[in-house]
Amino acid sequence: MKSPRALVPIVIGLLVLGFWEWYVRSGRVEDFFVPAPTQIGAWFWSALCDGSLASATWVTMRRLMLGFAIGAAIGIPIGALCARSSLARDTIGILSLGLQTLPSVCWVPVAIIAFDPTEAAVVFVVVMGTVWAVVIAVQESVLNVQPLYLRAAQTMGSRGWHLWTHVIFPAALPGIISGLKQGWAFAWRSLMAAEIFVAIIDGFGLGALLNAGRDLHRMDLVMGVMAVVMLVGLLADLIFFSPIERWLRRSRGLER
Amino acid sequence: MPANPSSESNSQLTLRHVTKRFNGRAGLVTAVEDISLQVKEGEFLVLVGPSGCGKSTLLSLLAGLEQVDDGSIKLDGADVVEPGRDRLVMFQQDALFPWLDALENVMFGLRLKPGLTDAERTEAARYYLDLVGLGDKEKARPHELSGGMRQRVALARSLAPNPRVLLMDEPFSALDALTRDQLYGDIQKIFTQRKKTIVLVTHNIREAVCLGDRVVLLSPNPGRVRQVFNIDLPRPRRINDPALATLAADITTALSAHLAEPKEGLV
Ligand SMILES: Nc1ncnc2c1ncn2[C@@H]1O[C@H](COP(=O)(O)OP(=O)(O)O)[C@@H](O)[C@H]1O
Ligand SMILES: [Mg+2]
Repeated sequence: MKSPRALVPIVIGLLVLGFWEWYVRSGRVEDFFVPAPTQIGAWFWSALCDGSLASATWVTMRRLMLGFAIGAAIGIPIGALCARSSLARDTIGILSLGLQTLPSVCWVPVAIIAFDPTEAAVVFVVVMGTVWAVVIAVQESVLNVQPLYLRAAQTMGSRGWHLWTHVIFPAALPGIISGLKQGWAFAWRSLMAAEIFVAIIDGFGLGALLNAGRDLHRMDLVMGVMAVVMLVGLLADLIFFSPIERWLRRSRGLER
Repeated sequence: MPANPSSESNSQLTLRHVTKRFNGRAGLVTAVEDISLQVKEGEFLVLVGPSGCGKSTLLSLLAGLEQVDDGSIKLDGADVVEPGRDRLVMFQQDALFPWLDALENVMFGLRLKPGLTDAERTEAARYYLDLVGLGDKEKARPHELSGGMRQRVALARSLAPNPRVLLMDEPFSALDALTRDQLYGDIQKIFTQRKKTIVLVTHNIREAVCLGDRVVLLSPNPGRVRQVFNIDLPRPRRINDPALATLAADITTALSAHLAEPKEGLV
């Protein structure tokens, strides 16, 4: 039963690509406006061979992971604090809710003024993209931990730090993970925005590559980079977040 | 822990004029009012009464999860003010942690108990899982167990740290009759073997008579002690024993009479 399920999208995909190729080749559309798949493929191959794609992807991934890690490291304790204290919830919690709705591109001017167009500015934008979603997710999932678990743990002598690490966090983990996943998605979007707007000398990321494509009027490059950006996002989900979520759900019997 | 200095000679758990009110949506509710009780060491006390008569509240107070508004609760002469390992609770829902397997769940309280090596903890956890008949399920997660098995793991978890008092809040009410009857047997076996002090809450009068040395009848609005019955039937008792059924019928009659009485406050 497995092969037909994979086969159908592949066949459809090939048909679409074939049609696209034929449509461009037949001269119905200018290829500097819409390049054919083989032209995008040619760029992809050359960028792969000269190492520029790999280095741009690495620069981008490094920023993403650094910004995401910082955002999560700040967001998790703040979210926990908001869950614990209603004062924090009414101040930082509300602020986070507001800032989460702020499109993360809005942080770019702030970052440039504060840090000049440097690596720090880009990472700052990623952190701002991540942190608020994480704060809110952690706050909500900690508040939603079943009181029964807390009562049971308390009668067995669990208090304070032990209660947090052995009961509250494990119980809230599924919510925290989906919050991190959302934070990651925001971080990814904000990073692209930052890389397109902030031209940095010391690192040439995927966003900068995309921007260069615009300056050169190279549609094959632009579309090729877009495909890579899409692929990175998809892979992060496929090989990182989805397996963790699936494992969590299965090990707790929330799925079958 | 100080020894019992009071005149209430061999009573271990002493409630004096305990009152607890809640400030709920419907205004101030007196959940339990002026309850005085003494539980002896090694006694099996059962609290029965209709829903809303403050049984769970009373148990939470004993557990130290809630604080009394008036009166006092003492364990071995010391005031009960917070949760403690000497009084473990078994809840209506099993409250097992879904991120731990059966053995780890039983280990939870043991790990918090100082003065044991890890090997001793594991050994104790295995012993209690065996005692409740789940020695072969130590690696199972809660969702892989039936309701009755989960309640058994919860029982093992409450017994493992060897508490002075075991508090049980309707632990069998969510189970089917067959599993329940089995657990009545298990509980009595453990009670006679381990000689624990047990306070059990139930709204099932037969269950009360089957398990209790003493049955305390509570009535609602506000929760008060109405009558206390001594149950002198020999153990192990079986739930469908005719003598037990007769006693249960007497208590049911008494309960109906109390419920039919006019409320003092309204007269
Ligand atoms: N946390 C609470 N807040 C407000 N009212 C409560 C709370 N807990 C219990 N009560 C009230 O106290 C009374 C006794 O409740 P409870 O102890 O749960 O009864 P039982 O366990 O006998 O059914 C009920 O009227 C209930 O509504
Ligand atoms: Mg109750």
